[in-house]
Amino acid sequence: MSGADDEHLARLLRGAVAGDEKAYGDFLRDAALLIRGWARRWTVGGGIDAEDVVQEALLAVHVKRHTWRDDAPVVPWLHAIARHKFVDAVRRQARRPTVGIEAFEETLASPETEQARDWEIGRALEGLAPGQRSVVNAISIDGCSVAETAKRLDMNETAVRVALHRGLAAIARRFGRD
Amino acid sequence: MDTNDLIKALAADTRRSGLPMNTAWKGAALGALVLAGVVFFIMLGPRPDIATAVETVRFLFKFVVTLALAVAAFAAMRVAAWPEAELRRMMPYLCVAPALVVAGVVLELIALPSDAWGTKLIGTNSVLCLTFIPLIGLAPLALFLLTLRHGAPSRPSLSGALAGLAAGGIAATFYAAHCPDDSPLFVATWYTIAILGLALLGAIGARWAVRW
Repeated sequence: MSGADDEHLARLLRGAVAGDEKAYGDFLRDAALLIRGWARRWTVGGGIDAEDVVQEALLAVHVKRHTWRDDAPVVPWLHAIARHKFVDAVRRQARRPTVGIEAFEETLASPETEQARDWEIGRALEGLAPGQRSVVNAISIDGCSVAETAKRLDMNETAVRVALHRGLAAIARRFGRD
Repeated sequence: MDTNDLIKALAADTRRSGLPMNTAWKGAALGALVLAGVVFFIMLGPRPDIATAVETVRFLFKFVVTLALAVAAFAAMRVAAWPEAELRRMMPYLCVAPALVVAGVVLELIALPSDAWGTKLIGTNSVLCLTFIPLIGLAPLALFLLTLRHGAPSRPSLSGALAGLAAGGIAATFYAAHCPDDSPLFVATWYTIAILGLALLGAIGARWAVRW
């Protein structure tokens, strides 16, 4: 990762902190690419889904974005968060009963990142209060804006924003916890 | 939910992420000093002869050591709350207080005849020291662990131990004003045990308090 890319990410993240939703979306997409690269390397042969690590890391980046200093490089910060979440996933996996891999060879061999499958985040989503879950679902899966979600669920926009904020924080807390 | 959907939800959540770390640490430091001070003044208070004690080198030396520890451990703990923290560069600062203690002990061993060493080391009040340093440090430690939890330390146990050292440094600074034993031999033994106890508590407490 070169310094120029870091500067690009830092610019996006600074914009995001200032409230620029578009910059934040761009930042998260770029961050996801980087983290996916690391996660794929870390998870080789380990039985952990790289995409779970990506999603959990993105959630952590989101709820911990106040731990980035706006004069600090972004990539080492992202890397440390992703690494922490990967180590977390390894520990969790070690606690779970192991299942023979032979039974899943077929599924494991197929490329799975593109298909809609249920990652661990699905389970965390199910644990949300119904109000928060419908807001998070509307904005993420259905791609509604905050205004559209408010209209659809008959809420005001502030309530939608609060529900989204709390829902995401709750998912970040519950992610992967059994 | 796939990753792009998740990103849509995250990007739409423009509410502030949380208190900036600098603000959080300022609040934690202030709260820790106030709470430690309250516990100290309610339960102990300064020793009666403090006016004459401040004129002795041994009494003042206790504060030099405890303050050096409190400041260095607090700074290291702040660094530890960044996920990408390089804690190794904080080591020199953390070594200042132990080095001062060692120097103080050596000077004391030179200054005192060897048959006085034992009495000075045991002192008059080691149980009080082992009780009140942890007791005064408990609230600061809790505040520091909460603030670490607000941050994102990649090494929770280590940052918890640093929180224990910082809380111990603050507690020992207050306690030193009450403690009638000023010999570096006493400080090196009992203060160290009490402070390391808090560090251990911090390391263990952080394992569940500082998860993120």
